[in-house]
Amino acid sequence: MSGLAKDITPPSSGAPMVKAEGVHKSFGLAHILKGIDLEVLPREVFCLIGPSGSGKSTFLRCINHLEKISAGRLYVDGHLVGYRQHGDKLYELKEKEVAAQRRDIGMVFQRFNLFPHMTALENVMEAPVQVKRESKAVARERAQRLLDRVGLGDRTGHYPAQLSGGQQQRVAIARALAMQPKLMLFDEPTSALDPELVGEVLDVMRDLAEDGMTMIVVTHEMGFAREVGDSLVFMDDGVVVESGHPRDVLTNPQHDRTKSFLSKVL
Amino acid sequence: MTDTVDKTPAPSVPPEQIKAIPVRHYGRWVAAAVVIAILVLIGMAFSNADINYGIIPDYVTDGTILSGAWHTLYISVLAMVLGLVLGVILAIMRMSSNPVTSTVAWFYIWFFRGTPVLVQLLLWYNIALVFPILNLGFYKDEMNQVMTPFLAALLGLGLNEAAYMSEIVRAGIQSVDEGQTEASHALGMTQPQTLRRVILPQAMRVIVPPTGNEYINMLKTSSLASVVQFPELIKRATDISSTSLAVVEMYFVACIWYLFLTTIFSIVQYYIERHYARGSSRSLPPTPLQRLRKNLSRWGSFRRPEVAR
Repeated sequence: MSGLAKDITPPSSGAPMVKAEGVHKSFGLAHILKGIDLEVLPREVFCLIGPSGSGKSTFLRCINHLEKISAGRLYVDGHLVGYRQHGDKLYELKEKEVAAQRRDIGMVFQRFNLFPHMTALENVMEAPVQVKRESKAVARERAQRLLDRVGLGDRTGHYPAQLSGGQQQRVAIARALAMQPKLMLFDEPTSALDPELVGEVLDVMRDLAEDGMTMIVVTHEMGFAREVGDSLVFMDDGVVVESGHPRDVLTNPQHDRTKSFLSKVL
Repeated sequence: MTDTVDKTPAPSVPPEQIKAIPVRHYGRWVAAAVVIAILVLIGMAFSNADINYGIIPDYVTDGTILSGAWHTLYISVLAMVLGLVLGVILAIMRMSSNPVTSTVAWFYIWFFRGTPVLVQLLLWYNIALVFPILNLGFYKDEMNQVMTPFLAALLGLGLNEAAYMSEIVRAGIQSVDEGQTEASHALGMTQPQTLRRVILPQAMRVIVPPTGNEYINMLKTSSLASVVQFPELIKRATDISSTSLAVVEMYFVACIWYLFLTTIFSIVQYYIERHYARGSSRSLPPTPLQRLRKNLSRWGSFRRPEVAR
């Protein structure tokens, strides 16, 4: 079921797609991220695992500036996220500029967050028409194709409430892909699903990975991470504890915290 | 396709329906008798009163009253539209991160909700005391010429309504899940796009019912515009009663029209609610017509429908 490739914007250079340098994030007194350094290469499937509250979702949300980082630097495709640098001064980007940065970054949420007052097709068409000012005909054609690809070509007229969780999440993936992003963020995309529906969402993600999409996936699906992931990071308490190839980290963890976490989830 | 799960064959003879004697609700019969007795007593009291009911039907369709009803209808619609538009703007201002706009909105709501609408109407009507000359640069005139009864009624009712509507709109916007805003922003939509395309359409489901309530309230509150000489129903009714001396009769005539208008708009509201219920539930609620038919059939059998909805 390949063929999503033509919806992927190729990265502009061979440089890292995402680069984090000493990223910190605090909510009031709560220090969530305590210095994250990592690099995500183009076409890489990058998995983030860790216990809840470890900061992995917060880090993901920082990448498209849904959260502002408190310290450090975060780059996507060579551009600073949320700021512009002139000399050694940082300028906050205007709302419009932030929105422009987010166009190229697709995001899939744990709770789908489909627009309930729009049909599946309208959900997928919305951003291309509103943000990119595409004509409805072009947007509809692509939306239909994307829904076909995620196996929902016959559900285009359904409202989210009429779809199962797995179907909703696949529409959400199609919606993010409709903006032809160069990077996809997945925030525990299968955590809100019934066990028998997890597979259909992971299948779509696997296809996307095969087509060369750069993906950062916060997940508890160790099987998916091992099979599809190119890199894996284990986070705990706001720091990266261990990183490497998923096979190595999952089968031969070096740190005690990683070992104790994996012993509980595997 | 092989299916090893054993299926019970569909029974050719449907199982015998339960035929039980339904619970008797004697209390309902007693309650109905009491209600009827009270209604009869009230009816008798009214019919014995010194009220000339005979003239009411003639005046319901009297030209002056019809014109009054028309004025009531259009001033309440226009004031409501003004209130709705301004209310949405105020709600967005109130929730804005800009401290200036949110403070301005707060003060607006504080003032217009805190003073009687009757006083506001009179203030607008007498605004010439404060601004004798209206000078907009391109347009200049004496305020007394500009501030007609119509304009005073529109501003008095509409600006007051905006304060209430803004709170309703704000509640509606806040009722929409935050994930909707995040999803919209993540797609690259700006805040105004998010509001217009994602948040407000969903907020409407929460906004419409109290707005219908506000409108029905407005239909009746518009009677206060009679103090600024706006020729709506009450003004017309009192005009007639001052010559015909049929005071209470004319108020009855006005009430018939208020009841008629509020009934019509209750129906309109119902269909607006249906429109915004799109996608929120798997099946839409029945229309009044469908419900009427159902209720009639229920009356026929005179007991609760056996089939659960």
